[in-house]
Amino acid sequence: MNNIKTIVLSNQEISPGYFRMKILAPGYNKLASPGQFVMFRVQRSLPPLLRRPFGIFRMGFMPADCDNMPPKEFIELIYKVVGSGTEIMQGLHQGDPVELLGPLGQGFDLGEPDEEKILVGGGIGLVPLYMLAEKMVDNSNVSLLMGGRTRDDIITVTEFERLGVGTYVSTEDGSLGEEGLVTRVLERKLEKSPHATVFACGPMPMIAAVQKICLQYDTPLQVSLEALMACGVGACLGCVVKGAGHTDVDPHYLCTCTRGPVFKAEELDWDKDEMTVRTSGGCR
Amino acid sequence: MMSDDKIIQPSLAVEIAGLKLKNPVMPASGTFGYGEEYSRYLDLNQLGAVVTKGMSLHPKAGNNVPRICETVSGMLNAIGLQNVGVDAFLEEKMPFLQRYDCPVIVNFFGNTQDEYGEVAARLDDVPGVAALEMNISCPNVKHGGIIFGTDPKAAFAAISLVRKRTSKPLIVKLTPNVTDIQVTARAAEDAGADALSLINTLTGMAVDVKTRKPRLANVIGGLSGPAIRPIAVRLVHQVVQAVQIPVIGIGGISRAMDALEFLIVGAKAVQVGTANFVDPNAMATIIRGLEEFCRDEGVADINDLIGSLEL
Ligand SMILES: Cc1cc2nc3c(=O)[nH]c(=O)nc-3n(C[C@H](O)[C@H](O)[C@H](O)COP(=O)(O)OP(=O)(O)OC[C@H]3O[C@@H](n4cnc5c(N)ncnc54)[C@H](O)[C@@H]3O)c2cc1C
Ligand SMILES: Cc1cc2nc3c(=O)[nH]c(=O)nc-3n(C[C@H](O)[C@H](O)[C@H](O)COP(=O)(O)O)c2cc1C
Ligand code: FES
Repeated sequence: MNNIKTIVLSNQEISPGYFRMKILAPGYNKLASPGQFVMFRVQRSLPPLLRRPFGIFRMGFMPADCDNMPPKEFIELIYKVVGSGTEIMQGLHQGDPVELLGPLGQGFDLGEPDEEKILVGGGIGLVPLYMLAEKMVDNSNVSLLMGGRTRDDIITVTEFERLGVGTYVSTEDGSLGEEGLVTRVLERKLEKSPHATVFACGPMPMIAAVQKICLQYDTPLQVSLEALMACGVGACLGCVVKGAGHTDVDPHYLCTCTRGPVFKAEELDWDKDEMTVRTSGGCR
Repeated sequence: MMSDDKIIQPSLAVEIAGLKLKNPVMPASGTFGYGEEYSRYLDLNQLGAVVTKGMSLHPKAGNNVPRICETVSGMLNAIGLQNVGVDAFLEEKMPFLQRYDCPVIVNFFGNTQDEYGEVAARLDDVPGVAALEMNISCPNVKHGGIIFGTDPKAAFAAISLVRKRTSKPLIVKLTPNVTDIQVTARAAEDAGADALSLINTLTGMAVDVKTRKPRLANVIGGLSGPAIRPIAVRLVHQVVQAVQIPVIGIGGISRAMDALEFLIVGAKAVQVGTANFVDPNAMATIIRGLEEFCRDEGVADINDLIGSLEL
């Protein structure tokens, strides 16, 4: 874990409103595990004041600029433009200075080899699942159920396929894959393979629906959550979610940044809809 | 004194209520956890002191979410003073801090006068606790929830009680949400405070216009960050004129130049809050910046800058 001052290597729009940014990130390949995130400082000057949390999509090495240099380490973020910070991010170019604090948080528990793994991604929620799939394909049967509102929200699915992951796509408007919610696909899948483990990341209503289904099939579930964050390191206590056993008289809060962002379903309090984090906390 | 000779190593050391600090920079309570959270990014021994998250007699779970919200050049928070409670602090958090030789200032609060007194008493003979910082921006549950710090009489009574129950240097942290801060500052001095720190956050509110809901579950929160700095500098300036005891300046400090403003109006030290979230190294950079400024300006001792405001 470290704060590094670094530069953007590339930044491209991959689907309307979705960008993919490659950043020079020494040390990450050794340190980062699937499901961890970074606090990204968009620019040195204000605004925006706070760093933005982003999952790590992928990491790797690329050839150095000249022969006697070590290969360059990078990470890739995929982000959706939703507000003030991501609007500035979409305008960044190769060589622009940025800062990365990370890798942060608890990632996914890879579970037992050989057991079947089902990844459920909703829109941008797909991001933390790629490195997870990379780690698991060698010894498990991995499939990805990817949902979105329209075809524009279905990103990088072919890259999962190249890893050897079986993919199922659904869109709410039917513009790509099956028409409907990804949770319907999940139910069908669990009908056939009830002994799988499910890993989910996406909008809160999707996560809540996935949790209900997994409970019904008694299937273990890990979810990656989003929360408004100021520090990312457990200092501000701004990012909490309600943990299992939470009541109004005996509250029990967990920091998403240090205890998460990945939680086992049984660690969380699912009864109240308030567990839903209010996204887009910006004051624009 | 300003001198023409080249200054090689300016002295940044300051003293507050008998407490010797190697430099005037420390974190603001609630923005630095219990020190451990940031110890991977920053050598705590570099700091003038460490200030812990506010502590109460019993553990406190804090408010519902959302608890934070970014605003223009600042942020609102309504964490609700979540903390592990004084006993767990002493058992689980303090041993880590005792490994450092940097003074530890423990911030604390209570919901009644007696709670304040009890926490102070429990911290009194703890080795490594260099001073107490008493947060009086808390509702007085025995008196209709009026904030202690906005009621000079209640503040005086609570501080006087704490004074009796601790032998440690006592810093009282003032709220800016008052009509005349000089009145509370004098009440705190009269009650036996050894130093004052200010400002705590300014109350504020933000609304999500699409959902028409407040952005914080608690509706109202505390504003911090660069946006509040000019208000904080003004308040420190006013308090320095009203009291004899040393003052610690807080509010929107993210660079050495910001810290210098507070020192020049008369603060003996500064606390850095929200800036830690933006850059975990902020305080180290500020300390280096102060040193550079002194060197460039020919100031051999930072104490020569303190209160050097030219009117
Ligand atoms: C652990 C984690 C991983 C994430 N991974 C990704 C990712 O891989 N790709 C991606 O596009 N997005 C991701 N997000 C969401 C991303 O952080 C927000 O979309 C982003 O902060 C929005 O910033 P903005 O300035 O454009 O929006 P604004 O609305 O202007 O932001 C204002 C404030 O609200 C916060 N905020 C707004 N929306 C969210 C949100 N959904 N979650 C958390 N904070 C929010 C911002 O950080 C900022 O402090 C992740 C969030 C978390 C907590
Ligand atoms: C998330 C957060 C939590 C805080 N918690 C406390 C606290 O527990 N006790 C306290 O006295 N002040 C608390 N404060 C106030 C700060 O210590 C400081 O007075 C204020 O943020 C102004 O400084 P800044 O602009 O540098 O952040 C908190 C501030 C923030 C942003
Ligand atoms: S973001 Fe600050 S504690 Fe989690």
